[in-house]
Amino acid sequence: MLCEPPFARLRSSNLVNMKQDAQVGTLLVGCAAGGSGDRLDAARPIVDEFIERGLPSVLIFENLAERTLAFAQLAKRSNPESGYEPLLVEEVGPILQDCLRHGIAIVSNFGAANPQGAAQRLLKLAVELGCEPPRIAIIEGDDLSDTHGQQLLRPLLADELAQGTFVSANVYQGAWEIADALKAGAQIVVTGRVADPSLVLGPAIAHFGWPRDDWHRLAGATMAGHLLECGAQVTGGYFADPGLKDVPDLADVGYPIAELSADGSCIITKPRGTGGMVSVRTVKEQLLYEVHDPQAYITPDVVADITEAEIEQLGPDRVRLTGVRGHTRPPTLKALVYFEGGWLGEAEISYAGPNAEARARLAMEIVRKRMGNDVDLRYDLIGRLSVHADDKGALLGETSIRDGKDIRLRVAVRHDAEARIDQLLREVYSLWLCGPAGGGGVRTSKRQRLSNASCLVPREAVPAAFRFVE
Amino acid sequence: MAVSNQITVALHEIAHARAGDKGNHLNISVFAYEPADYPLLAEQLTEARVLQHFSSRSPTSVKRYLLPKLGGMNFVLENVLDGGVNDSLNLDSHGKTLSFHLLKLTIFGARRR
Repeated sequence: MLCEPPFARLRSSNLVNMKQDAQVGTLLVGCAAGGSGDRLDAARPIVDEFIERGLPSVLIFENLAERTLAFAQLAKRSNPESGYEPLLVEEVGPILQDCLRHGIAIVSNFGAANPQGAAQRLLKLAVELGCEPPRIAIIEGDDLSDTHGQQLLRPLLADELAQGTFVSANVYQGAWEIADALKAGAQIVVTGRVADPSLVLGPAIAHFGWPRDDWHRLAGATMAGHLLECGAQVTGGYFADPGLKDVPDLADVGYPIAELSADGSCIITKPRGTGGMVSVRTVKEQLLYEVHDPQAYITPDVVADITEAEIEQLGPDRVRLTGVRGHTRPPTLKALVYFEGGWLGEAEISYAGPNAEARARLAMEIVRKRMGNDVDLRYDLIGRLSVHADDKGALLGETSIRDGKDIRLRVAVRHDAEARIDQLLREVYSLWLCGPAGGGGVRTSKRQRLSNASCLVPREAVPAAFRFVE
Repeated sequence: MAVSNQITVALHEIAHARAGDKGNHLNISVFAYEPADYPLLAEQLTEARVLQHFSSRSPTSVKRYLLPKLGGMNFVLENVLDGGVNDSLNLDSHGKTLSFHLLKLTIFGARRR
């Protein structure tokens, strides 16, 4: 079968277009995952749409929430072969053959703590599927977990590193190495930690050939990446509010495609025949998602300003973003450092029917007395208050109506000593026998936590680079 | 002017919102469904009022960024997540459900949708 290097095709298409009007044509970027554990069937409709449209196209998977990478580092520590996206084969397998056959590049941070391992697994997968081995590039330079990395971090996080038990550290790399890898002929680019929008900006730089200081265009494609990085959150996911914001067919929501233009603007759309919707409202909500100062959305590649941005509905499920401005990229890169965070224990028991809330509150008092005052406990009366209250219980104490008829008591505890966690789980368990009348449905769980700290590292100290994996 | 049309409505009826976390801080973006309601939101959804509304979560500050071109605004509530995903014992350690706590506020003078 024909396995065409995608950006060879992009480059030749660019040349054709440039001869025509000096303006490079549209690049399509689709995002088939907004996190590790997202839907696995999202890529197929995007790839079908790419094939039908026949334009230069790139498929991305965003698989690395903040903690995902630290847990991947732990996995790699116990098994050096692991540490990349555990569902890599399930995610990529259904579309790999078509992407290689049609020159659709794949760019993803599914390398997590082990990009080399992910690349090798993908090479094996391609052979299993009967493809020529693809050219796979990995990006390195983000992992600061080794001795050298820790030495680099020590002056920046002296107290945290002295007090905490170090787990791992990664620095957010940017788009340029992704672009370089694509220009060198990579069909798949596997990264560890890069800023999520860089997964889109990298292919855009490779395609449009923007100069390094073209801040407005870099910022435009960065915000396109920001809109895409959470998958369906821009196409109707995380949006529906029945009666006010209705969304069709969320069970089959289409994941987003950005049509990127040479001027840095983009049109957000989704594959034909899928559920969900792309509207001015879905795009607005996602544009501000996890943004603080809208004048300064900071990435490794640029500082984007969306205060003058405009969002316009061009047609059904087609929304254009224009007017993003950019400023010089920061001189530093953000590093996230993870430490062991002790244990979290959670236990629940339900009370229902007459006087249910009073019985649940009595159970709460019993646990409080049994556990003593030297541990931090949190109580929730699910059915009355489950998430909006505070850890200290101030709001729960003030909530005076006590006539809840179907209440689930949740007790949560954190401690460095696993034994104290086990004690809480037993105290809730023993409410079966020693607690108020009519309790039922006890469930208990415990897990180890990670905590983090961040710092800014001068970018010269942490250079990134790509290399091909054979 | 038909003053009788002007009533107190739930913010939830005239605006939509989404929350996101960064460590122990939370941002909530709020957008008017109808551009005509944006000035009312800008007038009545003040930093002080939002700080008060979230008092049980003890934010150390609330900063508001107006986005007139988008018909909305972005609130940043600092230290409102009991330590966030690092330390919070909340089921929702990200604070993602708090967008709908903001939407419990009321707005005076809006027209019901």
